[in-house]
Amino acid sequence: MKEFAYSRATGVEEAVSLLAGGSEARFLGGGTNLVDLMKSGVEAPDLLVDVRGLPLGGVEVTADGGLVIGATTTNSDLAVHPEVRRRFPALSQAVLAGASGQLRNVATVGGNLLQRTRCGYFADTSRPCNKRVPGSGCPAIEGEHHNHAILGWSDHCVATNPSDMGVALAAFDAVVSYETVDGPGELPLAEFYPAVGDTPHVETALPAGALITAVTLPAAPVAARSRYRKVRERASYAFATGSLAAALDVRDGVVHEVRIAFGAVASRPWRARAAELSLTGAPATAESFAAAADAELAAAKPLAHNGYKIPLLRNLVVSVLTELAEEAAR
Amino acid sequence: MTDLTESISAPPVGVVGTSHVRLEGREKVTGAARYAADVPFEGLAHGSLVLATVARGRITSIGVDDVLAMPGVLGVIHHGNAPRLNPEAGLLGTGDATLQLLQDDRVPHVGRPVALVVAETAEQARAGADALVVTYEEEEADLVFSADHPGSYTPAAAPEKHKGDVDAELAAAPVVVDQRYTTPQEHHSAMEPHASMARWADGRLEVVDSNQGSFLVSYVLSVLFRLDPGVVRVRAEHVGGGFGSKGIGPQLILAVMATTELKRPVRVALTRRQVFATTGMRAATDQRVRLGADSTGRLRAIDHDTATHTSTIHEFVEFPGEVTNALYAADAIRIRTSLVKVNLPTPTWMRAPGCAPGSFALESAMDELAEAVGVDPVELRLRNEPEVGPISGLPFTSRNLVGCLTEGARRFGWADRDPRPGVRREGRWLLGTGMAAGIYGAGSLPSTAAITAHPDGTFTVGIGAADIGTGARTALVLVAADALEVPTSAIRIDIADSDLGQAWFAGGSRGTSSWTWAITAAATDLREKLADIAHIPADGITGRADTAPLIGALEQRENHAHGAQFAEVAVDPSSGEVRVRRMLGIFAAGRIINPLTTRSQLIGGMTMGISMALHEEGLRDAQFGGQVNGDLAGYHVSAHADIPAIEADWVPDYDPSNPSGVKGVGEVAIVGTAAAVANAVWHATGTRQRSLPISLERILTTTNA
Repeated sequence: MKEFAYSRATGVEEAVSLLAGGSEARFLGGGTNLVDLMKSGVEAPDLLVDVRGLPLGGVEVTADGGLVIGATTTNSDLAVHPEVRRRFPALSQAVLAGASGQLRNVATVGGNLLQRTRCGYFADTSRPCNKRVPGSGCPAIEGEHHNHAILGWSDHCVATNPSDMGVALAAFDAVVSYETVDGPGELPLAEFYPAVGDTPHVETALPAGALITAVTLPAAPVAARSRYRKVRERASYAFATGSLAAALDVRDGVVHEVRIAFGAVASRPWRARAAELSLTGAPATAESFAAAADAELAAAKPLAHNGYKIPLLRNLVVSVLTELAEEAAR
Repeated sequence: MTDLTESISAPPVGVVGTSHVRLEGREKVTGAARYAADVPFEGLAHGSLVLATVARGRITSIGVDDVLAMPGVLGVIHHGNAPRLNPEAGLLGTGDATLQLLQDDRVPHVGRPVALVVAETAEQARAGADALVVTYEEEEADLVFSADHPGSYTPAAAPEKHKGDVDAELAAAPVVVDQRYTTPQEHHSAMEPHASMARWADGRLEVVDSNQGSFLVSYVLSVLFRLDPGVVRVRAEHVGGGFGSKGIGPQLILAVMATTELKRPVRVALTRRQVFATTGMRAATDQRVRLGADSTGRLRAIDHDTATHTSTIHEFVEFPGEVTNALYAADAIRIRTSLVKVNLPTPTWMRAPGCAPGSFALESAMDELAEAVGVDPVELRLRNEPEVGPISGLPFTSRNLVGCLTEGARRFGWADRDPRPGVRREGRWLLGTGMAAGIYGAGSLPSTAAITAHPDGTFTVGIGAADIGTGARTALVLVAADALEVPTSAIRIDIADSDLGQAWFAGGSRGTSSWTWAITAAATDLREKLADIAHIPADGITGRADTAPLIGALEQRENHAHGAQFAEVAVDPSSGEVRVRRMLGIFAAGRIINPLTTRSQLIGGMTMGISMALHEEGLRDAQFGGQVNGDLAGYHVSAHADIPAIEADWVPDYDPSNPSGVKGVGEVAIVGTAAAVANAVWHATGTRQRSLPISLERILTTTNA
C-alpha cells in the first residue's frame, strides 16, 4: 500500500480546492470500497480528502413532495428516514438490501454512487483490465463472468455496477448535484453513468474533481407503491445476481404509470424504459408484465455463462409487478 | 491389548460430560488473547509475499535493486539468495515439494511464492512487494481438471479397494442407480489469516505461529532447515481456525528464511488473497456412484469412482471413497480413485477430507435409490446397517448410526413426511425436507504428556495439543481434573508449545482422543509416584506418559464417529434462491467431554456443510489458473442470515479403545450435510442437484418455475 496524505475538509469549497491540488486525489466518504481497493493496490491515491465532516448530511422534503438527500447521509440514515420509507419505499428497501449493518452505518450516498465494480479481474492487479489499465484487455469476456453484464456491455468491458441504492435512484429519475472549483452543476442519473463504449475506465460524467453534494428525487406519487427485490447467492450480505426496483400505478385494471430499473445486469443501474413503454396503458396482468420484461430483455446479449440472468430478470419483473398489482387491488 | 469390557462398564463420574465455558473465553471476547500476528517483539521486521502471476514458467529476472532502495526495505529473499532447504521434509514424513519455496526459478503454478520483501514496517514491506518487478518466461500450462483427462492415473496412495464382484452384482440387481456428482474446489477460510514470527534467540529458532500442531511443525521445520530438532521452538497459543489449512504455511518458511538471512525477528502475515492463493484447498471431485439393490432396497453393490486433481509438484489425493469404506453393508463394494496433475496449487486436507465430498455423492445416490425402490430414506439406511466393517470385516469399536437415524427422525418429525417431491408451496417458495447419514474415522495417535503436582495442591498439565478454536484446552482440563480427582480450579494447563514434547496435531478428528489418553496415562503415573512419597518437594513431582506402546497394542477395529442430518429447505424456482429453513444433526461420537463446546463445534461443521451445499466454489480463470473470487466478498461462506434454526445433539456412544471413550467431532458434522440439503432441494422441486454448490444459476437452469 502506497503512502498517501490525508486532509479533513471543513467546507465544500475547501474540499474541492484541496482535491484540485492532488494529482491522484480522492474524496473519502465511508471508505467501505475505496479503502479496500487501496489495500489491494487497485486504487493508489496520493491524497485523501475526507468529506464526512461536511454539512451535507440529511434528507429534506421539497415543496413539491420530492426529496433532497445530502451526499454524506449514511446508508443507514437514508434507509430508516420516515419520508424515504413513505414516499420511496423501494429506495429504503434497496439500501437495506445492500452490505451489512456495520457497512451501512458508515457508507454514504455520494460514495455509493461512485463505488467500483466487483469484477474479480478488476480486483486482481496481476491481470489485465480495461477499467483499471485502459487498453490492457478484458479477460472476463472469455473468462469467469457468471455475474457480469447482459445489457449495454461492450467488447472492452462486461463488468456490472454493484449498487443496490442506484437501482432505486434510477427508477425514480434522481438528479445528482455536485460542486467543482468552477461552481456547481447537476446530472440526471440517466446521464451520470456513461455508456461503456471503448472507455470503461470513465465511469461517470462528473467533471474532474467534482464533489457530489446531494441527490434529488423529484416528486413521484407512483413511487409510494414501489418495491426493491434483490436476488443474491446467500441471505447474508452479498452483491446482487439480479435485482429490480419497480413502482406501479394501476387504475381500473390498466397500468397508468410504471417505473422499472434492473441491477447487476449492466455497467450502470439499468432503467428499463422499453418495458415501461410496453406496459403503460396495458392491462395489469402477468402476461403484460412478461411481455414488458421481454421487450426490455430483447436487447440482452448474454455471455457464455450468464444467460441465466435473462430468465431471472424476466421472472423478477413478473413476480414483483404482480405483487404490486395485487397490493393495489386490495 | 487393552481390556475393552472394563473400560466400557464404568465411565468415571466427574466434570467430564458437564458444560464449561472456554478457559480463555474472556480473553478472546475482550481482545486480550494474542494471536500469532499480535504478539509484540522488539526489533521486529515485517515480510510481505510476492506471488507468481503466471500459470507456469520460469523466473527470468527479479527487480531487487529498485525495491531495496525503497524506504524501510531491509531485504528481498528470492531463489537466488534463499537458504537451501532439505527436500526430504514433509508433514507426513515424505518429502513435500510444496514446502520447497524459493529453491529454483521454476513456477509450477500461479500463486507460488517467488519472493519475500522484508522491511521495517508492514506497510513498507507491502509497498515493496507490490513494487517488485518479476519477469517470467511463460510456458504452456495445463489448468483444467476433468475426469477424462489423458494424464489420469491411479495413485499408489489410493489403490483400488474392493470386496465381492461389483460388476456381477450390478448386472444382477433389479434396481440400479448410476449417477455422476461433482464438487468444486473449496477453501478453508479460517477467520484468522496465517501468520508467523520467527527469530533466533539464545541459539534457538523461536517461532510464534498459527498452526494445528506446534510439535509437528517444529519437527518438520528442523528437517526442512537441517537443524537439530531441539533447536526449534514453535508456539501457537491461540489459533483462529484451521480446518486443515494450518500445517506449515508459506509464511512460516519464509519468515524463518528471512530471520536467518537478516538477523532480525521477522513476522509474515498473509493477506486474505494470499491465504486463498497459497494455503491449499479441497480438490474438485467428479464422482460416479453406482448402487445396485434388490427391490427392498438392500444393497447388492456399491461402486464409487472418483476423479480428482493434484499439482505437478506434490501428490495429494482427495479420497471420497473413504465414506464408502464403512457406511453401508453390501454384497460387493468397489472404490476407485484417479488423479490428474495440473498446473494449479496443491490441494490439501480440508475438514473431513474425502468424506465431505464423498458423502455428497454417496448420500445423494442413496436418496435416489430410496426414490427408485419406494422406501423411506431413513428406513433404507437402517436396512443397510452393517454388522462389521463392510470391506474389512473387522468389528466396530462402537457404532450407533441407528440411534442417530431414529432419534433424528423422531425429533425432526420425519414420520409425517410426504415422500412426493415438488408438492409443497408457500408463496413463491417450494418446500422440501431431506436427510443424509455421515461417518468419519476415529482413533488415537501417539502423544506424550506431563503432569506436575505442586506442594500447594495444584497441578500443571503440559501437552503439545492445539486449540484452534474448538475448546480443546478446556476439554483437556476437564479430563485431567477427573483423572486426578481434583476440581478444575486446581489445574493449569500449558499447550501449543513444541517444547512440551511430541503430541498428535489438531487434525483427523483425533486430537481429543489422543491427548486425553496421554493426560490420563500421565495422571496414573503421577498418582503412582505420589503414593510413594510423604511430601511434594518445592519443584513438584511430575508424572509422564507416552501412549505409543498402548496404542500399538490395540487390536485393529473399525472406528468411526457417525451422524444423521435432516434439513428443511425453501426453493424459489423463479429466482433460483435456496434457503435452509431448519437443520438437525444427531451424532454418535463417543463420550462427549464438554457439551457446550461440542455442540458449538458440531453446529460449526453443519454450518460449513450448508456453506458447501449452497455457496462455496473457488472459481479459477481457465486461461491463467488464478482464482477470480479470492476474497470473502467473492468466495461466499454461509454467515448468520444463512443459518436458521440449527440444532445439534447426540446419542449415547462410547469408544472403548481409549480411556476417555472419546471420538472426535471436528469432522463428522460436515459429512452428509450437503447431501441432506441437496436431497431436500429435490424434495422441494422434483429436480436432482448433482453438482455443488447448488447455486441459484443451477436451480434456474434446471428447475421449472
